[in-house]
Amino acid sequence: MAVAAENQSQPPQNDLPYVLILKPPAAFNIFGDRFFHSPKFQFLKAFESPFPLSQFLLTHAQSVQAILTSASGSVTADTIRLLPHLGLVVTTSQGIDHIDRSECRRRGIAVAGAGTIFSTDCADFAVGLLLDVLRKVSAANRYVKQGLWSSQENYPLGNKLGGKQVGIVGLGSIGTEVAKRLEAFRCSISYNSRSKKPSVPYTFYPNVVELAVNCDALIICCALTDETHHLIGKEVLSALGKDGVIINIARGPIIDEKELVQCLIKREIRGAGLDVFEHEPDVPVELLALDNVVMSPHNAVCTTESLEELRKTVVGNFEAFFSNEPLLTPVPLDDLPHLSG
Amino acid sequence: MESIGVLMACPMNSYLEQQLENRFKLFRFWTVPDKSSFLASHKDSIQAVVGNAFAGADAKLIEALPKLEIVASFSVGLDKIDLAKCKEKGIRVTNTPDVLTEDVADLAIGLMLAVLRKLCESDRFVRSGKWKRGEYVLTTKKLVQKARALSYKSCNCGPHSNDNVPFLLFMRVPFSLCSLCFRPFLTSTIFQLFQFTGKRVGIIGLGRIGMAIATRAEAFSCPISYYSRTEKPEIKYKYYPSVVELAANCDILVVACALTTETHHIINREVIDALGPKGVLINIGRGPHVDEPELVSALVEHRLGGAGLDVFEHEPEVPEELFGLDNVVLLPHVGSGTVETRQAMADLVIGNLEAHFLKKPLLTPVV
Repeated sequence: MAVAAENQSQPPQNDLPYVLILKPPAAFNIFGDRFFHSPKFQFLKAFESPFPLSQFLLTHAQSVQAILTSASGSVTADTIRLLPHLGLVVTTSQGIDHIDRSECRRRGIAVAGAGTIFSTDCADFAVGLLLDVLRKVSAANRYVKQGLWSSQENYPLGNKLGGKQVGIVGLGSIGTEVAKRLEAFRCSISYNSRSKKPSVPYTFYPNVVELAVNCDALIICCALTDETHHLIGKEVLSALGKDGVIINIARGPIIDEKELVQCLIKREIRGAGLDVFEHEPDVPVELLALDNVVMSPHNAVCTTESLEELRKTVVGNFEAFFSNEPLLTPVPLDDLPHLSG
Repeated sequence: MESIGVLMACPMNSYLEQQLENRFKLFRFWTVPDKSSFLASHKDSIQAVVGNAFAGADAKLIEALPKLEIVASFSVGLDKIDLAKCKEKGIRVTNTPDVLTEDVADLAIGLMLAVLRKLCESDRFVRSGKWKRGEYVLTTKKLVQKARALSYKSCNCGPHSNDNVPFLLFMRVPFSLCSLCFRPFLTSTIFQLFQFTGKRVGIIGLGRIGMAIATRAEAFSCPISYYSRTEKPEIKYKYYPSVVELAANCDILVVACALTTETHHIINREVIDALGPKGVLINIGRGPHVDEPELVSALVEHRLGGAGLDVFEHEPEVPEELFGLDNVVLLPHVGSGTVETRQAMADLVIGNLEAHFLKKPLLTPVV
């Protein structure tokens, strides 16, 4: 059988507990499927099976105690119900919007994520996108590399970042790192969050529309939940205005993408920097022709350094679980949506 | 002041041009077909020259304008002005310091982030449709393993083309075939991204712009070190007495000093070797700070990790060998290129000229 033959590298070790992988995480594609290897557990790779997923799960239901997933793979209530011994879901992402929280809570299944490993990388990327949009870095790089800089004519002017009012949506660990960085560029920081944070020196706005009215740039750093789905819509974008810029390094569905595309085409906002989209990897085709947008394929966290940290965290969480020790980066599943951003 | 002749060296800013036209008798040097005969016939009317980073007032021009009183540069750099000649003839010189400091420093950080995090390449990847197409094709595991094994032996064919789409389609591992030897190699696009936070930043020249770069990089927890003509004891950053030592001890080297005869080609082969295959060079100073052919071969041969360049030795010519490199970001000299800053610079130029001709103190004199 093709699957058995290709698994030659690791002879079956029946005494090691199984971790189920439905879909390979990005790290497997970059570093190979031994990236999260440990002598204390083994992987059950549903994606390598020739059988349909439902059949695969039925066959292995009794052996699965844990799941490894990534942001692009959902762990639905249906899947969870097929696995009576499931005790832990580990995701390689900071966000957990792709995991059915209420089913996990109901069953007492723990969830562990990337913790704050990616916070600085995300923050760096957000600042990089903002600078790129305002100063036209990618557009100008394209211009030069196409051989178009042929005279001493000035390239179209960009816009200054210094002194701008920046609004952060979601002042969690990522939002805080973004704020800290932008302060060094002499930006004034304000924010919207579920609740005001008393020890923070930034201006709080109780809703995103008011935040947008008072900002030159909005940076989305919050978790995706039912409340934040399409949080950024027509009203917020109008409030942001024609000189406004929006940066999204959180989750695509936080922004009403159709509205955003229209605003960008009609120049109702100045520009956008987007690492995430509503239906990845589909990107609205209208954006591909615009010069005032900078896009990236959801790779704000994929630095070599962070992925190594991730490796230790993922392996560490599984090893702790199977040794009945405390998880390294557990995510609380209480009724309030966790602000992972 | 409408009778005062002002010679504008090259096109630089339409607002500035308009303001000069409103106030003075403006001559646009770049529209003149025969420059020497123009100078011969207008030498007695031109009392001021407005220059910038591309064109200023060299000895030849100064000699040709006996009535020249002031050179106002639409830049902070003075390398296009013969300062010694101006001093000798009692000609005043002004520039535009401070107003552009933040923009240039912002762009230096923007270049660092763009190079390390491959922002431009990521954008290119999405725009090309490759991200979308990658989802729809079957993964052949054996082929992936073989390709990965082969790709660890790099071929010696030089810069790889990233445009071999068929193999990119095969799997979500981005690899391509070298178009010369057909060895597969892991396309470094999007998947060899380096963290910026915590990287050691070395700054050449700790003037206004250098200091502004330092304070920004510190917010990313970057340790800062510098080289300067003299050590600054009041500064808390680590000082290195030579550029080579600075290069050997940092991850990102930024050129932020003035261009003078001493700093010409301050980035040479030795410095590039010290910076090394994981090091990144950022140049927001002047093209001639860098020995460009050495830089190009270092990048093409992977002896230098990457570069972000806003300036070049012979602008607007840019070495074409750099166009295909995904670890290089190239900008058309836009360091101070924002609406806000160019307006402030223009106002300074006008302010200096008016002050001079009204016999008031100059706003930002250099000589």
